Amino acid sequence: MMNRLRAAAGIRIPLAIIVLYVLVAVFAPLITPYDPDTTVLAQRLMSPELHHLMGTDALGRDVLSRTMAGTRVSLLVAVVAVLAAGIVGVALGMIAGWRKGWLGAVIMRLVDIVLSVPFFLLAILVVAVLGPSLVNVVVCLALVRWPRYARIAYSTTLQTRERGFVRASTATGAPAWWIVSRHVLPEVLPVTIVVATLELGLMVVYEASLSFLGLGVQPPTASWGSILSDGQQYLGSAWWLATFPGLALFVLVLAVNLLGDAARDRLDPARRTDVRRSRMFRREVSAA
Amino acid sequence: MATISARRSPSRVLSSGTTRYVAGRLGQAVLALFGVVTIVFFALRLSGDPARLLVPDGATAADIERLRDKLGLNASLWHQYVDFLGNAIHGDLGYSYVQNRPALDLITERLPYTANLAVAALLLSLVFGVTVGVITALKRGKWQERVLMPVVLAGQAMPAFWTGLLLVLVFSVGLRWLPSTGYDGPLSLLLPSVTLASLSAAAIARVTRGAVLEQLPLDYLRTARAKGASGLRLVTRHLARNTAIPILTVAALELANLLGGAVVTEVIFAWPGLGQLTIQSVSARDFPVVQAIVILASAVYVVINLGTDLLYGVIDPRVSAGGKGEPS
Repeated sequence: MMNRLRAAAGIRIPLAIIVLYVLVAVFAPLITPYDPDTTVLAQRLMSPELHHLMGTDALGRDVLSRTMAGTRVSLLVAVVAVLAAGIVGVALGMIAGWRKGWLGAVIMRLVDIVLSVPFFLLAILVVAVLGPSLVNVVVCLALVRWPRYARIAYSTTLQTRERGFVRASTATGAPAWWIVSRHVLPEVLPVTIVVATLELGLMVVYEASLSFLGLGVQPPTASWGSILSDGQQYLGSAWWLATFPGLALFVLVLAVNLLGDAARDRLDPARRTDVRRSRMFRREVSAA
Repeated sequence: MATISARRSPSRVLSSGTTRYVAGRLGQAVLALFGVVTIVFFALRLSGDPARLLVPDGATAADIERLRDKLGLNASLWHQYVDFLGNAIHGDLGYSYVQNRPALDLITERLPYTANLAVAALLLSLVFGVTVGVITALKRGKWQERVLMPVVLAGQAMPAFWTGLLLVLVFSVGLRWLPSTGYDGPLSLLLPSVTLASLSAAAIARVTRGAVLEQLPLDYLRTARAKGASGLRLVTRHLARNTAIPILTVAALELANLLGGAVVTEVIFAWPGLGQLTIQSVSARDFPVVQAIVILASAVYVVINLGTDLLYGVIDPRVSAGGKGEPS
């Protein structure tokens, strides 16, 4: 009974939290108590009170409104980056696994190479060259993260192509694109979705980190990272600036991670949290 | 993976397998480094004109043209690429036009600070991560697990910059126990290294827990327990060797996170290391320095991962005998 309750809570609570964030992100312009970008200098650095639940920043902007607006940026960047990296990575990984040969070798070596650069540094280099902006942050995160998906798609494709139903399909003369999309893709997608969920949390953190460093979304657009960066300047006088946006980010990432863990357990029911049957799978996922 | 081990006959002489394994891994590492230099070369050309990126703000068109000539940017792309590679092999990682010094000089000045920070953080995260991982596995379902697992999950969801800000808020601003910024003796290392360690510690704890849980039902452990081994002895004598590989793997992988996380951590604590240099160079548009830092950090990462892989063979002889080569 307790176990079943806990299992349900392990999926439903994180899911509810994520839905809440999505709603806030979608409806932010309608539901923020104040305009997130309007400065009211008479009300600068007010501590949290009834009219400003999270206080105001150095320009008198409402921190709650800015945090809500920041949800939008965060989720948008993370989702688009995961989709872009996932589509490119899965496509390349499946090609490499299906075709093998020189093309496969080239793709997988490229994967190894990109993975041997500490990716946050690579992300900084790419954004620095392209110039900081919302679009460039997405481009750079996708450029840096696609190899994760390529690896898992590659190994799954390799395993699947040797299985009976695929061989049978090949023997009947079915075209490659048909076999790949009908038989291989359905095997690749579930593992990809688990990796994508875990990556989503990471992308939220990296967008915020880049914005914190001034390399992400540019002012006055609110992003959790940039509010926290302001907060650092006023640590001694305005603790709320460095606290609430971080809390928003923390809760979202925690919920996404819990959901990712739950998805991973679902996928491999023989094992519970942390212990997974296939070593290869574990290596991919723990590296993600 | 399975196909590789099946293809190699188990009766193959061990030493030739080892040589092949080491040679193969070395080759991969060299290829990776070559690839990194290539990626960095082309990354700088993503913008179209590197000369424009390399000159300080306010340079005239004539300045840019002169620089383009000096850097050989008027030569063919292929020619430039070969030059870049050749220079990198000779240890010439470019010249900072902003500071008027070779990029490598700037880096070596800052390196000790980052090395200090990274080593301290890695040690902290290993000690904390392994301890927590072992405890949560051995005390599964007991109160110890119920208390520690949420800490691990929370640690995994805390971005370094928020951890850092909160630590400063509590220990420097609130309690006034520790200095908040700058490098000033060993005490000033404490907050930055805890900040940097937090993420990796959580990851290491989870992998350790998984590895221990995987071993627990195995016969050798049951025997050891039946013979009365418990607690510390069980862990150090019996578990350590068999769980070392996944823990080492994740620790080596975490190094990439540490090198990246160091940027944010150093900015928060005004730590005079490479991370701070990276951001200063980015805002000064001093790209040769950023480029050199990325190449060097990758080199460190590649070498450490190579070292770990070779170490596997020492810990677990089955690895170098061909049982566990890289897939692909």
